[in-house]
Amino acid sequence: MNKVIKYGDNVDTDVIIPARYLNTTNKQELTSHAMEDIDPDFHKKITAGDIIVAGKNFGCGSSREHAPIVIKESGIALIIAESFARIFYRNSINIGLAIIESPEAAKEINEGDELSVDFENGLITNKSQNGKEYKVAPFPEFLQGIINGGGLVAVAASGELH
Amino acid sequence: MTLTQKILAAHAGKETVAVGELILANLDRVLANDITAPVAIEEFNRIADAKIFDPDKISLVMDHFAPNKDIKAAEQCKTCRDFAGEHSIPGFYDGGDMGVEHALLPEKGLVTAGDVVIGADSHTCTYGALGAFSTGVGSTDMAVGMATGKAWFKVPAAIKVELTGSLQPYISGKDVVLHLIGLIGVDGALYQSIEFTGEGVASLSISDRLCICNMAIEAGGKNGIFPVDEITLEYLKSTGAKEPKIYTADEDAVYARVIKINLSEIEPTVAFPHLPENAKTFKEIGEVKIDQAVIGSCTNGRLEDLVAAAEIFKGRRVAKGVRTIIIPATQKIYLEALKLGLLEIFINAGALVSAPTCGPCLGGHMGILAAGERAVATTNRNFVGRMGHVKSEVYLASPTVAAASAIAGKLFDPRLLPQLTAGAVEN
Repeated sequence: MNKVIKYGDNVDTDVIIPARYLNTTNKQELTSHAMEDIDPDFHKKITAGDIIVAGKNFGCGSSREHAPIVIKESGIALIIAESFARIFYRNSINIGLAIIESPEAAKEINEGDELSVDFENGLITNKSQNGKEYKVAPFPEFLQGIINGGGLVAVAASGELH
Repeated sequence: MTLTQKILAAHAGKETVAVGELILANLDRVLANDITAPVAIEEFNRIADAKIFDPDKISLVMDHFAPNKDIKAAEQCKTCRDFAGEHSIPGFYDGGDMGVEHALLPEKGLVTAGDVVIGADSHTCTYGALGAFSTGVGSTDMAVGMATGKAWFKVPAAIKVELTGSLQPYISGKDVVLHLIGLIGVDGALYQSIEFTGEGVASLSISDRLCICNMAIEAGGKNGIFPVDEITLEYLKSTGAKEPKIYTADEDAVYARVIKINLSEIEPTVAFPHLPENAKTFKEIGEVKIDQAVIGSCTNGRLEDLVAAAEIFKGRRVAKGVRTIIIPATQKIYLEALKLGLLEIFINAGALVSAPTCGPCLGGHMGILAAGERAVATTNRNFVGRMGHVKSEVYLASPTVAAASAIAGKLFDPRLLPQLTAGAVEN
Protein backbone atom coordinates (compact mmCIF):
# COMPACT_ATOMS: atom_id res chain seq x y z
CA MET A 1 0.00 0.00 0.00
CA ASN A 2 1.09 3.48 -0.66
CA LYS A 3 1.03 7.21 -0.28
CA VAL A 4 -1.69 9.17 1.52
CA ILE A 5 -3.71 12.02 0.06
CA LYS A 6 -5.65 13.79 2.78
CA TYR A 7 -8.98 15.65 2.85
CA GLY A 8 -11.09 17.23 5.59
CA ASP A 9 -14.63 16.66 6.91
CA ASN A 10 -17.85 16.28 4.87
CA VAL A 11 -16.30 15.57 1.47
CA ASP A 12 -19.58 15.36 -0.47
CA THR A 13 -20.48 13.44 -3.59
CA ASP A 14 -21.01 16.71 -5.51
CA VAL A 15 -17.29 17.49 -5.25
CA ILE A 16 -16.25 13.84 -5.75
CA ILE A 17 -18.11 13.74 -9.08
CA PRO A 18 -20.11 16.87 -9.96
CA ALA A 19 -23.66 16.20 -11.18
CA ARG A 20 -22.98 18.06 -14.43
CA TYR A 21 -20.97 15.05 -15.59
CA LEU A 22 -23.57 12.41 -14.74
CA ASN A 23 -25.07 12.31 -18.22
CA THR A 24 -22.96 9.24 -18.97
CA THR A 25 -22.18 5.86 -17.41
CA ASN A 26 -18.81 5.64 -19.19
CA LYS A 27 -16.45 4.94 -16.29
CA GLN A 28 -13.37 6.35 -18.00
CA GLU A 29 -15.10 9.62 -18.84
CA LEU A 30 -16.61 9.92 -15.34
CA THR A 31 -13.25 9.12 -13.74
CA SER A 32 -11.53 11.94 -15.63
CA HIS A 33 -13.61 14.34 -13.47
CA ALA A 34 -12.96 12.61 -10.12
CA MET A 35 -12.57 15.07 -7.23
CA GLU A 36 -12.59 17.94 -9.75
CA ASP A 37 -14.44 20.47 -7.58
CA ILE A 38 -12.39 19.88 -4.43
CA ASP A 39 -8.97 19.04 -5.87
CA PRO A 40 -8.43 19.82 -9.57
CA ASP A 41 -4.91 18.29 -9.37
CA PHE A 42 -6.19 14.95 -8.00
CA HIS A 43 -5.14 12.88 -10.99
CA LYS A 44 -1.70 14.52 -11.13
CA LYS A 45 -1.09 13.82 -7.44
CA ILE A 46 -1.96 10.15 -7.26
CA THR A 47 -0.53 6.87 -8.48
CA ALA A 48 -2.33 3.54 -8.45
CA GLY A 49 -2.50 2.06 -4.97
CA ASP A 50 -2.63 5.41 -3.15
CA ILE A 51 -4.90 5.89 -0.14
CA ILE A 52 -7.37 8.66 0.68
CA VAL A 53 -7.53 9.64 4.35
CA ALA A 54 -10.36 11.97 5.35
CA GLY A 55 -12.33 13.36 8.26
CA LYS A 56 -15.97 12.89 9.25
CA ASN A 57 -18.90 12.00 7.01
CA PHE A 58 -16.93 11.17 3.85
CA GLY A 59 -19.19 10.82 0.80
CA CYS A 60 -22.17 12.71 2.20
CA GLY A 61 -24.98 13.91 -0.04
CA SER A 62 -26.24 12.21 -3.16
CA SER A 63 -26.61 8.44 -3.50
CA ARG A 64 -24.76 8.48 -6.83
CA GLU A 65 -22.71 5.31 -7.07
CA HIS A 66 -20.59 7.19 -9.61
CA ALA A 67 -18.75 8.63 -6.55
CA PRO A 68 -17.15 5.43 -5.21
CA ILE A 69 -16.81 4.19 -8.81
CA VAL A 70 -14.63 7.15 -9.91
CA ILE A 71 -12.47 6.88 -6.79
CA LYS A 72 -11.96 3.16 -7.37
CA GLU A 73 -11.32 3.62 -11.11
CA SER A 74 -8.79 6.38 -10.36
CA GLY A 75 -6.63 3.74 -8.72
CA ILE A 76 -7.29 4.61 -5.09
CA ALA A 77 -6.84 1.35 -3.17
CA LEU A 78 -8.47 2.34 0.10
CA ILE A 79 -10.27 5.17 1.90
CA ILE A 80 -9.70 5.62 5.62
CA ALA A 81 -12.06 8.13 7.28
CA GLU A 82 -13.26 9.15 10.71
CA SER A 83 -16.73 8.21 9.47
CA PHE A 84 -18.54 7.61 6.19
CA ALA A 85 -21.95 8.82 5.04
CA ARG A 86 -24.13 5.74 5.05
CA ILE A 87 -25.06 5.49 1.36
CA PHE A 88 -21.43 5.95 0.31
CA TYR A 89 -20.49 3.25 2.85
CA ARG A 90 -22.91 0.68 1.43
CA ASN A 91 -22.12 1.63 -2.17
CA SER A 92 -18.40 1.07 -1.52
CA ILE A 93 -19.06 -2.37 -0.06
CA ASN A 94 -21.44 -3.24 -2.88
CA ILE A 95 -18.91 -2.36 -5.60
CA GLY A 96 -15.83 -3.65 -3.77
CA LEU A 97 -14.04 -0.40 -2.91
CA ALA A 98 -12.05 -0.91 0.30
CA ILE A 99 -12.98 1.44 3.14
CA ILE A 100 -11.93 1.59 6.78
CA GLU A 101 -13.55 3.62 9.52
CA SER A 102 -10.92 4.63 12.08
CA PRO A 103 -11.21 8.03 13.77
CA GLU A 104 -7.79 7.70 15.40
CA ALA A 105 -5.94 6.75 12.20
CA ALA A 106 -7.83 9.34 10.16
CA LYS A 107 -6.82 12.10 12.58
CA GLU A 108 -3.16 11.15 12.98
CA ILE A 109 -2.12 10.10 9.48
CA ASN A 110 -0.71 12.98 7.42
CA GLU A 111 -0.71 13.85 3.75
CA GLY A 112 2.15 12.06 2.01
CA ASP A 113 2.57 9.34 4.70
CA GLU A 114 3.21 5.83 3.49
CA LEU A 115 1.00 3.12 4.93
CA SER A 116 0.83 -0.63 4.83
CA VAL A 117 -2.53 -2.24 5.45
CA ASP A 118 -3.15 -5.84 6.50
CA PHE A 119 -6.85 -6.42 5.82
CA GLU A 120 -6.83 -9.99 7.09
CA ASN A 121 -5.63 -9.01 10.53
CA GLY A 122 -7.23 -5.53 10.53
CA LEU A 123 -4.00 -3.58 10.94
CA ILE A 124 -2.89 -0.22 9.50
CA THR A 125 0.84 0.56 9.86
CA ASN A 126 2.12 4.08 9.23
CA LYS A 127 5.64 3.63 7.86
CA SER A 128 6.20 7.40 7.93
CA GLN A 129 5.43 7.70 11.66
CA ASN A 130 7.82 5.11 13.14
CA GLY A 131 5.55 2.22 12.23
CA LYS A 132 2.63 3.44 14.36
CA GLU A 133 -0.14 0.82 14.24
CA TYR A 134 -3.92 1.09 14.29
CA LYS A 135 -6.12 -1.90 14.96
CA VAL A 136 -9.29 -1.95 12.87
CA ALA A 137 -12.50 -3.81 13.71
CA PRO A 138 -13.30 -6.46 11.06
CA PHE A 139 -16.43 -6.18 8.92
CA PRO A 140 -19.40 -8.24 10.09
CA GLU A 141 -19.52 -11.68 8.44
CA PHE A 142 -22.43 -10.72 6.15
CA LEU A 143 -20.59 -7.71 4.69
CA GLN A 144 -17.30 -9.61 4.47
CA GLY A 145 -19.25 -12.18 2.44
CA ILE A 146 -20.27 -9.48 -0.06
CA ILE A 147 -16.69 -8.20 -0.27
CA ASN A 148 -15.19 -11.71 -0.64
CA GLY A 149 -17.86 -12.65 -3.15
CA GLY A 150 -16.81 -9.84 -5.49
CA GLY A 151 -19.57 -7.36 -4.65
CA LEU A 152 -23.32 -7.50 -4.23
CA VAL A 153 -24.21 -8.24 -7.87
CA ALA A 154 -21.84 -11.21 -7.99
CA VAL A 155 -23.24 -12.55 -4.72
CA ALA A 156 -26.84 -12.10 -5.89
CA ALA A 157 -26.02 -13.69 -9.26
CA SER A 158 -24.64 -16.77 -7.53
CA GLY A 159 -27.88 -17.08 -5.53
CA GLU A 160 -25.92 -16.69 -2.29
CA LEU A 161 -27.89 -13.69 -1.01
CA HIS A 162 -29.85 -14.89 1.97
CA MET B 1 -38.42 -1.39 19.16
CA THR B 2 -38.62 1.97 17.42
CA LEU B 3 -41.10 2.57 14.60
CA THR B 4 -38.38 1.98 12.00
CA GLN B 5 -37.22 -1.22 13.70
CA LYS B 6 -40.82 -2.51 13.78
CA ILE B 7 -41.22 -2.05 10.03
CA LEU B 8 -37.81 -3.57 9.27
CA ALA B 9 -38.45 -6.59 11.52
CA ALA B 10 -41.78 -7.28 9.82
CA HIS B 11 -40.16 -7.09 6.38
CA ALA B 12 -37.31 -9.39 7.42
CA GLY B 13 -39.75 -11.98 8.82
CA LYS B 14 -38.44 -11.51 12.34
CA GLU B 15 -40.18 -11.00 15.69
CA THR B 16 -37.56 -8.52 16.81
CA VAL B 17 -34.43 -6.87 15.50
CA ALA B 18 -31.58 -5.25 17.41
CA VAL B 19 -29.50 -2.16 16.64
CA GLY B 20 -26.54 -3.09 14.44
CA GLU B 21 -28.06 -6.38 13.26
CA LEU B 22 -27.71 -7.00 9.52
CA ILE B 23 -30.94 -8.11 7.90
CA LEU B 24 -32.33 -8.83 4.44
CA ALA B 25 -35.68 -7.07 4.05
CA ASN B 26 -38.43 -7.57 1.48
CA LEU B 27 -39.07 -4.48 -0.62
CA ASP B 28 -42.43 -2.92 -1.49
CA ARG B 29 -40.97 -0.49 -4.03
CA VAL B 30 -37.70 0.04 -5.86
CA LEU B 31 -37.08 3.44 -7.45
CA ALA B 32 -34.48 5.07 -9.67
CA ASN B 33 -34.12 8.13 -11.87
CA ASP B 34 -32.49 8.96 -15.20
CA ILE B 35 -29.05 9.39 -13.58
CA THR B 36 -28.94 6.37 -11.30
CA ALA B 37 -31.04 3.87 -13.29
CA PRO B 38 -28.59 3.55 -16.23
CA VAL B 39 -25.84 2.40 -13.82
CA ALA B 40 -28.33 0.04 -12.13
CA ILE B 41 -29.38 -1.37 -15.50
CA GLU B 42 -25.74 -2.15 -16.37
CA GLU B 43 -25.38 -3.96 -13.05
CA PHE B 44 -28.72 -5.75 -13.45
CA ASN B 45 -27.62 -7.03 -16.86
CA ARG B 46 -24.52 -8.59 -15.25
CA ILE B 47 -26.83 -11.00 -13.41
CA ALA B 48 -27.35 -13.93 -15.78
CA ASP B 49 -31.03 -14.51 -16.72
CA ALA B 50 -32.12 -11.79 -14.32
CA LYS B 51 -35.83 -11.09 -14.13
CA ILE B 52 -37.60 -8.22 -12.40
CA PHE B 53 -39.03 -9.64 -9.16
CA ASP B 54 -42.27 -7.68 -9.60
CA PRO B 55 -42.58 -5.15 -12.46
CA ASP B 56 -45.44 -3.36 -10.64
CA LYS B 57 -43.09 -2.49 -7.78
CA ILE B 58 -40.50 -0.71 -9.91
CA SER B 59 -40.61 3.04 -10.55
CA LEU B 60 -38.34 4.70 -13.11
CA VAL B 61 -38.70 8.49 -13.12
CA MET B 62 -37.00 10.67 -15.71
CA ASP B 63 -36.56 13.90 -13.78
CA HIS B 64 -32.95 14.92 -13.14
CA PHE B 65 -31.79 15.88 -16.64
CA ALA B 66 -35.29 15.70 -18.15
CA PRO B 67 -36.77 17.13 -20.28
CA ASN B 68 -33.55 15.84 -21.87
CA LYS B 69 -30.95 18.56 -21.49
CA ASP B 70 -28.48 17.23 -24.06
CA ILE B 71 -27.77 14.26 -26.30
CA LYS B 72 -26.12 12.23 -23.55
CA ALA B 73 -29.06 12.82 -21.18
CA ALA B 74 -31.40 11.74 -23.98
CA GLU B 75 -29.39 8.53 -24.40
CA GLN B 76 -29.64 7.81 -20.67
CA CYS B 77 -33.40 8.29 -20.68
CA LYS B 78 -33.62 6.06 -23.75
CA THR B 79 -31.70 3.33 -21.91
CA CYS B 80 -34.28 3.53 -19.10
CA ARG B 81 -37.23 3.63 -21.52
CA ASP B 82 -35.96 0.58 -23.43
CA PHE B 83 -35.34 -1.31 -20.19
CA ALA B 84 -38.87 -0.53 -18.93
CA GLY B 85 -40.28 -1.77 -22.25
CA GLU B 86 -38.18 -4.91 -22.31
CA HIS B 87 -39.18 -5.88 -18.76
CA SER B 88 -42.81 -4.69 -18.98
CA ILE B 89 -42.41 -2.16 -16.18
CA PRO B 90 -45.56 -0.01 -16.13
CA GLY B 91 -44.09 2.61 -13.78
CA PHE B 92 -41.95 4.48 -16.28
CA TYR B 93 -42.53 8.23 -16.04
CA ASP B 94 -41.34 10.67 -18.67
CA GLY B 95 -42.58 13.62 -20.72
CA GLY B 96 -46.07 14.79 -19.81
CA ASP B 97 -46.49 11.92 -17.37
CA MET B 98 -43.55 12.86 -15.20
CA GLY B 99 -42.68 14.80 -12.10
CA VAL B 100 -39.90 15.08 -9.58
CA GLU B 101 -39.73 11.52 -8.23
CA HIS B 102 -40.33 12.17 -4.52
CA ALA B 103 -43.31 14.38 -5.25
CA LEU B 104 -44.61 12.02 -7.92
CA LEU B 105 -44.64 8.69 -6.05
CA PRO B 106 -46.76 9.84 -3.07
CA GLU B 107 -49.11 11.73 -5.43
CA LYS B 108 -49.67 8.61 -7.52
CA GLY B 109 -50.39 6.53 -4.42
CA LEU B 110 -47.33 4.33 -5.01
CA VAL B 111 -46.23 4.43 -1.37
CA THR B 112 -48.30 3.60 1.68
CA ALA B 113 -47.80 3.43 5.44
CA GLY B 114 -45.76 0.43 6.57
CA ASP B 115 -43.93 -0.01 3.23
CA VAL B 116 -40.22 -0.58 2.84
CA VAL B 117 -38.95 1.46 -0.12
CA ILE B 118 -35.47 1.82 -1.55
CA GLY B 119 -34.55 4.36 -4.18
CA ALA B 120 -31.34 5.07 -6.01
CA ASP B 121 -31.65 8.66 -4.92
CA SER B 122 -30.66 9.96 -1.51
CA HIS B 123 -33.92 11.85 -0.98
CA THR B 124 -35.94 8.63 -1.07
CA CYS B 125 -36.20 9.17 2.70
CA THR B 126 -39.09 11.55 1.88
CA TYR B 127 -41.78 8.85 2.21
CA GLY B 128 -41.19 8.50 5.94
CA ALA B 129 -43.78 11.28 6.08
CA LEU B 130 -46.37 8.61 5.19
CA GLY B 131 -45.24 6.17 7.88
CA ALA B 132 -43.09 4.11 5.51
CA PHE B 133 -39.47 3.08 5.94
CA SER B 134 -37.77 4.53 2.89
CA THR B 135 -34.14 5.19 2.24
CA GLY B 136 -31.66 6.09 -0.45
CA VAL B 137 -29.28 3.49 -1.82
CA GLY B 138 -26.89 3.19 -4.75
CA SER B 139 -27.38 1.74 -8.19
CA THR B 140 -26.04 -1.71 -7.26
CA ASP B 141 -28.59 -2.01 -4.45
CA MET B 142 -31.22 -0.91 -6.96
CA ALA B 143 -30.10 -3.57 -9.45
CA VAL B 144 -30.17 -6.35 -6.87
CA GLY B 145 -33.43 -4.98 -5.44
CA MET B 146 -35.04 -5.19 -8.89
CA ALA B 147 -33.80 -8.76 -9.35
CA THR B 148 -34.50 -10.16 -5.88
CA GLY B 149 -37.00 -7.84 -4.19
CA LYS B 150 -34.63 -7.61 -1.25
CA ALA B 151 -32.04 -5.28 0.24
CA TRP B 152 -29.61 -5.60 3.12
CA PHE B 153 -29.86 -3.18 6.02
CA LYS B 154 -28.01 -2.58 9.23
CA VAL B 155 -30.76 -2.00 11.80
CA PRO B 156 -30.43 1.64 12.86
CA ALA B 157 -30.65 3.27 16.27
CA ALA B 158 -32.94 6.30 16.35
CA ILE B 159 -33.03 9.91 17.37
CA LYS B 160 -36.43 10.86 18.77
CA VAL B 161 -37.58 14.37 17.91
CA GLU B 162 -40.45 15.43 20.17
CA LEU B 163 -42.52 18.18 18.61
CA THR B 164 -44.75 20.52 20.60
CA GLY B 165 -46.66 23.67 19.67
CA SER B 166 -47.58 24.70 16.14
CA LEU B 167 -45.98 26.77 13.38
CA GLN B 168 -46.48 30.53 13.14
CA PRO B 169 -47.62 32.19 9.89
CA TYR B 170 -45.02 32.18 7.06
CA ILE B 171 -43.12 29.32 8.77
CA SER B 172 -43.14 25.79 7.34
CA GLY B 173 -41.60 22.34 7.52
CA LYS B 174 -38.51 23.64 5.73
CA ASP B 175 -37.69 25.96 8.62
CA VAL B 176 -38.18 23.07 11.06
CA VAL B 177 -35.81 20.74 9.24
CA LEU B 178 -33.16 23.42 8.66
CA HIS B 179 -33.36 24.24 12.38
CA LEU B 180 -32.97 20.54 13.23
CA ILE B 181 -29.96 20.07 10.92
CA GLY B 182 -28.45 23.22 12.41
CA LEU B 183 -28.85 21.65 15.87
CA ILE B 184 -27.39 18.22 15.14
CA GLY B 185 -25.11 18.84 12.13
CA VAL B 186 -24.76 17.18 8.74
CA ASP B 187 -23.61 13.94 10.38
CA GLY B 188 -25.77 14.30 13.49
CA ALA B 189 -27.99 11.37 12.56
CA LEU B 190 -25.34 9.26 10.79
CA TYR B 191 -26.50 5.62 10.44
CA GLN B 192 -29.62 6.54 12.48
CA SER B 193 -33.34 7.04 12.01
CA ILE B 194 -34.95 10.33 12.89
CA GLU B 195 -38.36 9.58 14.40
CA PHE B 196 -40.75 12.49 14.89
CA THR B 197 -43.29 12.27 17.69
CA GLY B 198 -45.29 14.44 20.04
CA GLU B 199 -48.43 16.55 20.05
CA GLY B 200 -46.90 18.94 17.51
CA VAL B 201 -47.11 16.31 14.76
CA ALA B 202 -50.84 16.83 14.39
CA SER B 203 -50.30 20.49 13.42
CA LEU B 204 -48.05 19.60 10.49
CA SER B 205 -49.50 19.05 7.02
CA ILE B 206 -48.42 16.14 4.83
CA SER B 207 -46.53 18.66 2.72
CA ASP B 208 -44.57 19.82 5.79
CA ARG B 209 -43.88 16.23 6.83
CA LEU B 210 -42.68 15.28 3.33
CA CYS B 211 -40.33 18.27 3.35
CA ILE B 212 -38.98 17.41 6.81
CA CYS B 213 -38.36 13.72 6.02
CA ASN B 214 -36.88 14.67 2.63
CA MET B 215 -33.96 16.38 4.36
CA ALA B 216 -33.29 13.65 6.99
CA ILE B 217 -30.39 12.65 4.72
CA GLU B 218 -28.88 16.13 5.12
CA ALA B 219 -28.32 15.24 8.77
CA GLY B 220 -26.79 11.94 7.63
CA GLY B 221 -29.94 10.05 8.61
CA LYS B 222 -30.88 6.66 7.21
CA ASN B 223 -34.53 7.65 7.26
CA GLY B 224 -36.91 10.15 8.77
CA ILE B 225 -40.34 8.94 9.82
CA PHE B 226 -43.62 10.26 11.19
CA PRO B 227 -46.25 8.23 13.02
CA VAL B 228 -49.44 7.53 11.08
CA ASP B 229 -52.39 9.70 12.12
CA GLU B 230 -55.72 10.90 10.68
CA ILE B 231 -53.91 13.36 8.40
CA THR B 232 -51.80 10.54 6.93
CA LEU B 233 -54.77 8.24 6.44
CA GLU B 234 -56.80 10.96 4.77
CA TYR B 235 -53.93 11.74 2.43
CA LEU B 236 -53.32 8.09 1.55
CA LYS B 237 -57.01 7.68 0.81
CA SER B 238 -56.94 10.72 -1.48
CA THR B 239 -54.06 9.26 -3.52
CA GLY B 240 -55.59 5.81 -3.84
CA ALA B 241 -52.60 4.19 -2.11
CA LYS B 242 -52.96 0.55 -1.13
CA GLU B 243 -54.27 -0.32 2.34
CA PRO B 244 -51.91 1.21 4.93
CA LYS B 245 -50.25 -0.97 7.54
CA ILE B 246 -49.85 1.00 10.73
CA TYR B 247 -46.86 0.32 12.95
CA THR B 248 -46.17 2.17 16.18
CA ALA B 249 -43.05 2.48 18.28
CA ASP B 250 -43.05 0.47 21.50
CA GLU B 251 -43.59 2.43 24.71
CA ASP B 252 -40.22 1.19 25.94
CA ALA B 253 -38.35 1.80 22.69
CA VAL B 254 -34.77 2.89 23.26
CA TYR B 255 -33.50 6.05 21.55
CA ALA B 256 -29.90 7.15 21.12
CA ARG B 257 -30.92 10.74 21.72
CA VAL B 258 -34.05 12.81 22.34
CA ILE B 259 -34.42 16.31 20.90
CA LYS B 260 -37.32 18.60 21.77
CA ILE B 261 -38.53 21.22 19.32
CA ASN B 262 -41.28 23.70 20.08
CA LEU B 263 -42.77 24.46 16.66
CA SER B 264 -44.19 27.75 17.95
CA GLU B 265 -40.64 29.03 18.43
CA ILE B 266 -39.35 28.17 14.95
CA GLU B 267 -38.37 31.22 12.91
CA PRO B 268 -37.68 31.63 9.20
CA THR B 269 -34.36 29.82 8.78
CA VAL B 270 -31.73 29.95 6.05
CA ALA B 271 -28.81 27.52 5.60
CA PHE B 272 -25.73 29.39 4.42
CA PRO B 273 -23.09 27.95 2.07
CA HIS B 274 -21.69 25.34 1.89
CA LEU B 275 -23.43 22.97 4.30
CA PRO B 276 -27.10 22.52 5.24
CA GLU B 277 -26.04 22.71 8.91
CA ASN B 278 -25.12 26.41 8.59
CA ALA B 279 -28.62 27.41 9.69
CA LYS B 280 -29.27 31.03 10.63
CA THR B 281 -32.35 33.00 11.57
CA PHE B 282 -32.82 36.59 10.40
CA LYS B 283 -31.38 37.91 13.68
CA GLU B 284 -28.03 36.62 12.41
CA ILE B 285 -28.46 37.42 8.72
CA GLY B 286 -27.05 40.67 7.41
CA GLU B 287 -27.30 42.04 3.88
CA VAL B 288 -26.95 39.13 1.44
CA LYS B 289 -27.80 40.14 -2.13
CA ILE B 290 -29.03 37.43 -4.45
CA ASP B 291 -28.95 36.88 -8.21
CA GLN B 292 -31.41 34.01 -8.47
CA ALA B 293 -34.30 32.46 -6.56
CA VAL B 294 -35.45 28.90 -7.17
CA ILE B 295 -38.74 27.59 -5.80
CA GLY B 296 -39.33 23.90 -6.47
CA SER B 297 -37.60 20.49 -6.08
CA CYS B 298 -38.51 17.30 -4.21
CA THR B 299 -38.15 19.33 -1.02
CA ASN B 300 -40.49 22.24 -1.78
CA GLY B 301 -42.20 21.91 -5.14
CA ARG B 302 -45.60 20.80 -3.89
CA LEU B 303 -48.85 22.73 -4.28
CA GLU B 304 -48.78 24.00 -0.70
CA ASP B 305 -45.32 25.45 -1.37
CA LEU B 306 -46.52 27.22 -4.51
CA VAL B 307 -49.58 28.59 -2.69
CA ALA B 308 -47.33 29.96 0.07
CA ALA B 309 -45.02 31.58 -2.49
CA ALA B 310 -47.95 33.01 -4.47
CA GLU B 311 -49.29 34.74 -1.36
CA ILE B 312 -45.98 36.59 -1.15
CA PHE B 313 -45.73 37.36 -4.88
CA LYS B 314 -49.32 38.53 -5.29
CA GLY B 315 -49.35 42.20 -6.31
CA ARG B 316 -45.56 42.49 -6.05
CA ARG B 317 -42.63 42.32 -8.49
CA VAL B 318 -39.34 40.48 -8.13
CA ALA B 319 -36.35 42.80 -7.77
CA LYS B 320 -34.63 43.83 -11.00
CA GLY B 321 -31.84 41.40 -11.79
CA VAL B 322 -33.13 38.50 -9.69
CA ARG B 323 -33.87 35.56 -11.96
CA THR B 324 -36.77 33.85 -10.25
CA ILE B 325 -37.51 30.30 -11.36
CA ILE B 326 -40.57 28.44 -10.14
CA ILE B 327 -40.83 24.72 -10.82
CA PRO B 328 -44.01 22.84 -9.93
CA ALA B 329 -42.75 19.37 -8.96
CA THR B 330 -45.29 17.35 -10.97
CA GLN B 331 -47.65 17.81 -13.89
CA LYS B 332 -50.61 17.48 -11.52
CA ILE B 333 -49.25 20.25 -9.29
CA TYR B 334 -48.61 22.37 -12.39
CA LEU B 335 -52.22 21.93 -13.50
CA GLU B 336 -53.60 22.69 -10.05
CA ALA B 337 -51.41 25.80 -9.84
CA LEU B 338 -52.79 26.84 -13.22
CA LYS B 339 -56.40 26.35 -12.11
CA LEU B 340 -55.81 28.28 -8.88
CA GLY B 341 -54.35 31.21 -10.83
CA LEU B 342 -50.93 30.83 -9.20
CA LEU B 343 -49.05 30.76 -12.51
CA GLU B 344 -50.53 34.12 -13.44
CA ILE B 345 -49.41 35.57 -10.12
CA PHE B 346 -45.87 34.25 -10.68
CA ILE B 347 -45.64 35.53 -14.24
CA ASN B 348 -47.08 38.93 -13.31
CA ALA B 349 -44.49 39.13 -10.53
CA GLY B 350 -41.73 38.63 -13.09
CA ALA B 351 -40.93 35.00 -12.34
CA LEU B 352 -40.28 32.19 -14.82
CA VAL B 353 -42.37 29.03 -14.55
CA SER B 354 -40.80 25.80 -15.76
CA ALA B 355 -41.94 22.27 -16.51
CA PRO B 356 -41.26 19.78 -13.69
CA THR B 357 -37.56 18.87 -13.38
CA CYS B 358 -34.86 18.51 -10.72
CA GLY B 359 -32.76 20.70 -13.09
CA PRO B 360 -31.19 23.55 -11.13
CA CYS B 361 -31.14 21.81 -7.72
CA LEU B 362 -28.14 19.70 -8.71
CA GLY B 363 -26.64 22.11 -11.22
CA GLY B 364 -28.07 20.06 -14.06
CA HIS B 365 -29.86 22.60 -16.23
CA MET B 366 -32.55 25.34 -16.13
CA GLY B 367 -30.83 27.80 -13.81
CA ILE B 368 -27.06 27.26 -13.49
CA LEU B 369 -25.06 29.85 -11.54
CA ALA B 370 -21.96 31.71 -12.78
CA ALA B 371 -18.88 32.39 -10.65
CA GLY B 372 -19.66 34.76 -7.80
CA GLU B 373 -23.44 34.43 -8.13
CA ARG B 374 -25.76 33.68 -5.25
CA ALA B 375 -29.08 31.87 -5.23
CA VAL B 376 -31.71 31.46 -2.56
CA ALA B 377 -33.32 28.08 -3.20
CA THR B 378 -35.99 25.90 -1.67
CA THR B 379 -33.84 22.89 -2.61
CA ASN B 380 -31.92 20.65 -0.23
CA ARG B 381 -28.17 21.02 -0.73
CA ASN B 382 -25.79 23.96 -0.80
CA PHE B 383 -22.49 22.13 -1.29
CA VAL B 384 -19.63 23.70 -3.26
CA GLY B 385 -20.63 23.84 -6.94
CA ARG B 386 -24.04 22.32 -6.29
CA MET B 387 -25.97 24.72 -8.54
CA GLY B 388 -23.18 25.63 -10.93
CA HIS B 389 -19.74 27.23 -10.70
CA VAL B 390 -17.57 26.22 -7.71
CA LYS B 391 -17.45 29.89 -6.76
CA SER B 392 -21.25 30.28 -6.68
CA GLU B 393 -23.31 30.08 -3.51
CA VAL B 394 -26.65 28.50 -2.56
CA TYR B 395 -28.74 29.62 0.42
CA LEU B 396 -31.38 27.06 1.41
CA ALA B 397 -34.72 28.41 2.55
CA SER B 398 -38.50 27.93 2.58
CA PRO B 399 -40.81 29.02 -0.25
CA THR B 400 -41.92 32.13 1.68
CA VAL B 401 -38.33 33.17 2.41
CA ALA B 402 -37.27 32.52 -1.20
CA ALA B 403 -40.24 34.52 -2.53
CA ALA B 404 -39.69 37.43 -0.13
CA SER B 405 -35.97 37.42 -0.98
CA ALA B 406 -36.73 37.47 -4.72
CA ILE B 407 -38.84 40.60 -4.17
CA ALA B 408 -36.32 42.30 -1.89
CA GLY B 409 -33.28 41.30 -3.98
CA LYS B 410 -31.59 40.04 -0.84
CA LEU B 411 -32.28 37.45 1.85
CA PHE B 412 -35.44 38.72 3.48
CA ASP B 413 -37.75 37.74 6.32
CA PRO B 414 -41.23 37.20 4.78
CA ARG B 415 -42.88 38.45 7.97
CA LEU B 416 -41.41 41.90 7.30
CA LEU B 417 -42.57 42.23 3.69
CA PRO B 418 -45.31 44.80 4.44
CA GLN B 419 -42.55 47.01 5.79
CA LEU B 420 -40.67 47.03 2.49
CA THR B 421 -41.30 50.45 0.95
CA ALA B 422 -42.92 50.60 -2.45
CA GLY B 423 -39.68 52.00 -3.84
CA ALA B 424 -37.64 49.09 -2.53
CA VAL B 425 -40.10 46.62 -3.99
CA GLU B 426 -39.84 48.18 -7.41
CA ASN B 427 -36.07 48.72 -7.51
